[in-house]
Amino acid sequence: MANITFVEHDGTEHTVDIEEGKSLMQVAMDNGVPGIDADCGGECACGTCHVIVDDRWIKATGAVSEEEQQMLDMTPEKEVTSRLSCSVNLSSEMDGMVVRLPEFQM
Amino acid sequence: MSRRCIIIGASHAAAQLTASLRQEDWQGGVLLIGDEPSLPYHRPPLSKAFLAGDKTLEELAIRPSAFYEKLDVSFCQGRVVEIDRVEHRVTLEDGSVFDYDKLALCMGARVRTLALPGADLGGVHYLRNIADVTGIQADLPQAKAAVIIGGGYIGLETAASLKKQGMDVVVLEMADRVLQRVTAPEVSEFYTRIHEEAGVDIHTNKLVSELAGSDKVRKVVCSDGTEYFADLVVVGVGVIPNTELAEQAGLKVDNGIWVDDGCVTDDRDIVAAGDCTNHFNSLFQRRMRLESVPNANEQAKCAAAAICGQHKPYQSLPWFWSDQYDLKLQIAGLSEGYDELVIRGDYQTERSFAAFYFKEGRLIAADCVNRPQEFMISKRIISGGLTIDPDRLMDESIPAKELL
Ligand SMILES: Cc1cc2nc3c(=O)[nH]c(=O)nc-3n(C[C@H](O)[C@H](O)[C@H](O)COP(=O)(O)OP(=O)(O)OC[C@H]3O[C@@H](n4cnc5c(N)ncnc54)[C@H](O)[C@@H]3O)c2cc1C
Ligand code: FES
Repeated sequence: MANITFVEHDGTEHTVDIEEGKSLMQVAMDNGVPGIDADCGGECACGTCHVIVDDRWIKATGAVSEEEQQMLDMTPEKEVTSRLSCSVNLSSEMDGMVVRLPEFQM
Repeated sequence: MSRRCIIIGASHAAAQLTASLRQEDWQGGVLLIGDEPSLPYHRPPLSKAFLAGDKTLEELAIRPSAFYEKLDVSFCQGRVVEIDRVEHRVTLEDGSVFDYDKLALCMGARVRTLALPGADLGGVHYLRNIADVTGIQADLPQAKAAVIIGGGYIGLETAASLKKQGMDVVVLEMADRVLQRVTAPEVSEFYTRIHEEAGVDIHTNKLVSELAGSDKVRKVVCSDGTEYFADLVVVGVGVIPNTELAEQAGLKVDNGIWVDDGCVTDDRDIVAAGDCTNHFNSLFQRRMRLESVPNANEQAKCAAAAICGQHKPYQSLPWFWSDQYDLKLQIAGLSEGYDELVIRGDYQTERSFAAFYFKEGRLIAADCVNRPQEFMISKRIISGGLTIDPDRLMDESIPAKELL
């Protein structure tokens, strides 16, 4: 089964199955991955589902909308490959993808 | 025998609590008791995407049932009618009893109902649960004219969602402006304009005195004699925290169940989280009861830690959001008691601006309409206790990114 790995700030890894069509945030929630708050439930309104995608996979995660970009611009701990995980839709091409979680969600 | 944690109420606070309990390594059993038929689901979309028909029932679930099974959380549909703190036992309406070692009160709030003639007519609805929305949806095909009683966020979101479905919509507000309790007059003016442009009629200073009709509602009558035709009425006049159980059990209750900064009640085996609680907020230096998902989530994390013998102080910034039409409002902080208002952008003609609320020279809140950057900046300034010059905020020649 295709999977992705979340790496917590302290290095703890969580590998979860990819469910195509679901968002990266939702599979983190479904599997109880700590470190993603997702207060707004995926409306791109809270910025508490921030993840940093491994360089090699950033292309596969697709385009960043204007709204997401504006939220990300002001997110502490932002890196070049930061994404809001509720805006990343999973596909089987992401098999093996690694994403890191920031120390804090804001 | 293994220890058991019972959670009363199965919604936002409870969903986070179950996840956090396992993350905090709670080894005992977890029993989730809720009186709604479904596992915890997202409430905010009820007046937004779900009512507007843009989200399905399945998409509302906060987590799938498999999640709870994996964590070995059992769910029991029922209503708790008594908490016995001496015996560490709860009793359900159907007479069944369950013993607990730790108890979490996540009972949330219920809608304030109208005590008016005709309030129980067909076609009159409230909006808190899935069942309320399915009730509204069942009436929609036959309905043409909706009256919304109450011009708060939920009322206005409902107005926008129903307008989107082609209804004639009237909003009746008792105060002299919509959103009067929560925003500055300028923001009320903005939303009034937006709704009027969309074809929603907003009438303020309207005290509803009667709902009239034979079996189904036909009109809404106000105390000044005005009448509005309606075949669908949605009432959004606030909520009442569900605190009776706690009060009967002798816990301290005053506008919510009192909790300390770790979300523990005055019984150290009982925690509470979400809309039903009243906490001392260290950022705002006063007691308050909040009605928001972020608060329910944050408190649930602290409560889970407390159940596991840890102290995780609650210190997050209150924030909220509201979707109406193409507008996303994000609110950071609490504006109550502000003494200065600064606006960035043109709220009178545009569809995007930010209103910043200051008190004694410090930023305490911001209402940001389609302004995610200003929202994120405000969160950082308020929660970090940073200072910012109001004149800079107002100056749109300074890009938002450079404000900090
Ligand atoms: C239409 C609508 C739109 C909203 N929009 C937003 C928004 O945009 N952003 C935001 O942050 N917040 C929003 N809110 C508020 C948010 O939904 C609440 O703050 C949140 O649901 C609180 O969660 P809770 O777990 O504390 O309680 P609740 O969600 O109130 O849940 C409590 C549960 O406990 C059950 N219960 C109560 N007593 C008992 C008992 N004795 N036995 C068994 N079960 C019991 C109740 O039936 C209910 O299912 C909205 C609310 C509504 C209704
Ligand atoms: S879940 Fe809120 S922005 Fe992603």
